[in-house]
Amino acid sequence: MQFLQTVTVQDIGAIVPELELAVFGMFLLIFDLLVKEKRKLGYFALAGIAASALFLYRLRSVEFSAYGGALSLDPFAIFFKLIFLLAAALSIAISLKYLDIERENHGEYYALILFATMGMMFMAGAVDLVTLYIGLETMAIATYVLVGFLRSNQRSNEASLKYFLLGAFSSGILLYGMSLLYGISGSTRFVDIAEALSRRPITDPISLMAMITLSAGMFFKVAAVPFHQWTPDAYEGAPTSITAFMSVAVKAASFAMMVRIFMVAIYPLRPQWVTIMAAVSIMTMTIGNIAAITQSNVKRLLAYSSISHAGYILIGFIAGNETGLTAVGLYLLIYTFTNIGVWAVIVALRRKDVIGEHVDDMAGLFFRHPTAAVLMLIFLLSLAGIPPTAGFIGKYFLFAAAIETGHNVLAVIAVLNAAISVYFYFRIVVSMFMRDATEKTGLTLAPGLNMALGVAIIFTMLIGIYPDPFIALARHAVILGF
Amino acid sequence: MDFFRQHILTIVAFWPLAGMIVLFFFNKENKTLIRIWANFVLIAGFVLSLPLWFWFDRNTSDQMQFVENIPWVQTLGANYHVGIDGISLLLIMLTTLLGPLAVLSSWTAIENRVKEYYVFMMMLQVGMLGVFISLDFFLFYVFWEVMLVPMYFLIGVWGGPRKLYAAIKFFLYTLVGSVLMLLGILALYFIYPSIAAQHADIAAQFGVGNTFDVLAFHAIAPYLAYNFQYWIFLAFFVGFAIKVPMFPFHTWLPDAHVEAPTAGSVILAGVLLKMGTYGFLRFSLPILPEGTKHFVPMMITLAIIGIVYGALVAMMQPDMKKLVAYSSVSHMGFVMLGMFALNPNGLNGSIIQQINHGISTGALFLIVGMIYERRHTREIAQFGGISNVMPMFAIVFLIMTMSSIGLPLLNGFIGEFTIMMGALQEHLAWAVFAGSGIVLGAAYMLWLYQRTMLGKIENPANEKLLDLNLRELATIVPLIIVAFWIGLYPAPFFRILDKPVNKIVAKVRPDFFQGAPRLNAENGAVR
Repeated sequence: MQFLQTVTVQDIGAIVPELELAVFGMFLLIFDLLVKEKRKLGYFALAGIAASALFLYRLRSVEFSAYGGALSLDPFAIFFKLIFLLAAALSIAISLKYLDIERENHGEYYALILFATMGMMFMAGAVDLVTLYIGLETMAIATYVLVGFLRSNQRSNEASLKYFLLGAFSSGILLYGMSLLYGISGSTRFVDIAEALSRRPITDPISLMAMITLSAGMFFKVAAVPFHQWTPDAYEGAPTSITAFMSVAVKAASFAMMVRIFMVAIYPLRPQWVTIMAAVSIMTMTIGNIAAITQSNVKRLLAYSSISHAGYILIGFIAGNETGLTAVGLYLLIYTFTNIGVWAVIVALRRKDVIGEHVDDMAGLFFRHPTAAVLMLIFLLSLAGIPPTAGFIGKYFLFAAAIETGHNVLAVIAVLNAAISVYFYFRIVVSMFMRDATEKTGLTLAPGLNMALGVAIIFTMLIGIYPDPFIALARHAVILGF
Repeated sequence: MDFFRQHILTIVAFWPLAGMIVLFFFNKENKTLIRIWANFVLIAGFVLSLPLWFWFDRNTSDQMQFVENIPWVQTLGANYHVGIDGISLLLIMLTTLLGPLAVLSSWTAIENRVKEYYVFMMMLQVGMLGVFISLDFFLFYVFWEVMLVPMYFLIGVWGGPRKLYAAIKFFLYTLVGSVLMLLGILALYFIYPSIAAQHADIAAQFGVGNTFDVLAFHAIAPYLAYNFQYWIFLAFFVGFAIKVPMFPFHTWLPDAHVEAPTAGSVILAGVLLKMGTYGFLRFSLPILPEGTKHFVPMMITLAIIGIVYGALVAMMQPDMKKLVAYSSVSHMGFVMLGMFALNPNGLNGSIIQQINHGISTGALFLIVGMIYERRHTREIAQFGGISNVMPMFAIVFLIMTMSSIGLPLLNGFIGEFTIMMGALQEHLAWAVFAGSGIVLGAAYMLWLYQRTMLGKIENPANEKLLDLNLRELATIVPLIIVAFWIGLYPAPFFRILDKPVNKIVAKVRPDFFQGAPRLNAENGAVR
């Protein structure tokens, strides 16, 4: 097998950013025993992410296939690794004070985030089934624990268990598909698989079986209908900072994995999977949005909205051209900033005696804290895709990809869904701006949270008003990548 | 001065934004200062826009003037491309005129959350002006959408009892229309390079890459396939028809108008609705001539239903504001009828009538607002004989009623007359229906005037009403002046419109000026 070949220095060099995260994570576990003030560990974790980003930056122009073709270091991988690091850093920043309030400030929290991020980074670079699966499970196991991190909270425990069971189940299905692919091609490398598949007839039952099980596993991971049921529970039960992390980083990682698998490994079966994906996309957008309308818990509402966003992103795969894949990357980048912003405001709402998760908890936020309310408004407009926010640019690209490739019906359904989504986002707006304040205590704003909010709002507006460099970045990643 | 002249459109459009940013630093408790500042900003905005009127070259009013074209999102081919022709000029002047009047009318009407209120008024002004100056579809779309948010808040925060319902209805309706319009824009965007590649003259002027340039789309209009035009027309139609609003997409309008604060209604009726008709004029007609002709029967039918239905429903309203709101549906039906007659008279009349509607209906909403501020009711049955205590108010109201029903010497007459000429030129039946709308309009407006103003005061609550003060007169006198100006001497307006209108007609009906074929009402084909 290829990855038993001799490991060279270059191979090690290619994964320095990941190794570096692992080292910082392990040190965090040790320091946890020594350091009394746990918040310092958070800063240490941030330093680890910064160092990893630095190493990643130094690798920016390297095109390299490491470990005998098991791991690829290309613009695509680097683009997504950047998103993960960004999401991890912002999630840690909003956790610092939040964990104090929840009285669950422990070092392993930060270590687990670093490990999960490391797993994601392997996923983005994986061009081989084994590498991919190891990355995926590293991420998933760390996330299962993080979801149940509020040990004394029943909701959190339940969420973790549910997420774990369904996650393990979906990994099993995914693995089943992978084993079929290996059986067909005799290789775990994506390029070999693609080659083997293209030699078989397109209606070959084994190929189809592999494709269907693989797709089902993937749809589980990105929370696409009909495999979305775990999402609201997991999002609601998890600590809000972890919900933020899941909704951006885990989602981005799963989509990065999907791009490689669908656009490389099983690309020969595209005529088959594109139909399935179109159906899944339409259902995901519509069911996610409609279910969101009735939610009164903001975390559940945003969970359903995140399901519908997964449906929009699938359009990029269906289009499958340069615009479509650029859209996937760009959308995830934009979604990272916007969504972290939204979750940061919700984290700030969590105070001593206030849960801060109900739509009513936001009542009159504008009168108590106008800045937070206005920021939230801008983030919500971005999620809804109203210009001149970044969200519009993301949606624009997806719709453009659909029109460009002649998927007009899909485009119409997508834009109508975008309109529906405004309805429930504006329930939050109504609560914030048009109702009297029920809660008098101020928000919990800490330096880390403020920083995260600042970064989120700057990029949400900047990408909306001057999107050129970001489009170029995403396009560069998909043209030269994989 | 040169700098000002070169960037005048940008300055006019973004001046309220600058004012808005300054407003953020005001203490929200100091309401008087905020009001003074807001009034100053929008009055200055009007003054800034005056040079447009004087510097505009009437001899080439079909050419884009004061053009600025700066690369913006280069990867997409979207530019900051602005410029105006005669049609946009009039609508911009209308916007900068109504803006300060609406703000002035809010002086005592808005007491809570004053700072936010003016922030949203200024934001709204930026969005509307942006729509009228954009020559880039992407830019246009951004402005078009931006304007939704402030209007949502104006209705939702300062509106009447059912404000939340009305606000979200307004938002969702418009959004559904505009996202479908976006798909139409995208389809044009993707088809452009293939057409430009085949026609050297277009490629030389606008390049072969993807572009959102409206003028480039105008250039490729003759080469767009019939089937393609058909679908794109429908996509645009949804966006624009909801905004106009045309029957049966009008149901958001009465709700929005009734719940909105006075200034919101003035802006809504005065300017926002014109964004829809402007869209048809600027995009649907010149870019999709074949699609337009195909849909003439449908458009005319909907316009006529709008005229008659709007008028009949208006007649039955017990609430003054709702009456004026439904009269808007009727009047906008006129505007659409004139436009889709697709001849110079019809189009000229349609555009003049857009301005007139802005003036008259804007003024009527101000008038209703004035009486509402005094009595906190708009129910017609509550009034009667008001002219006895408020003579000045009665005169103003009378003038505006006359303007609304199209009495000669006033603006409405000019518009309606020209539209009638245009309609008659195409089909007798169209003119007959239009005429019936005028009769019905006279009926409901005069009946309204009679029930509220004439006779003896029966309701004791009305005995002590104060007549208009100077501020209120200041909000309405400019509109009266313009109403008389258009009514007595419309030539300057027609002079500005003549050339751009002929240009549109030449695009939609290339053979019109050789023998004036008529549009057949039965199948829409040119005879």
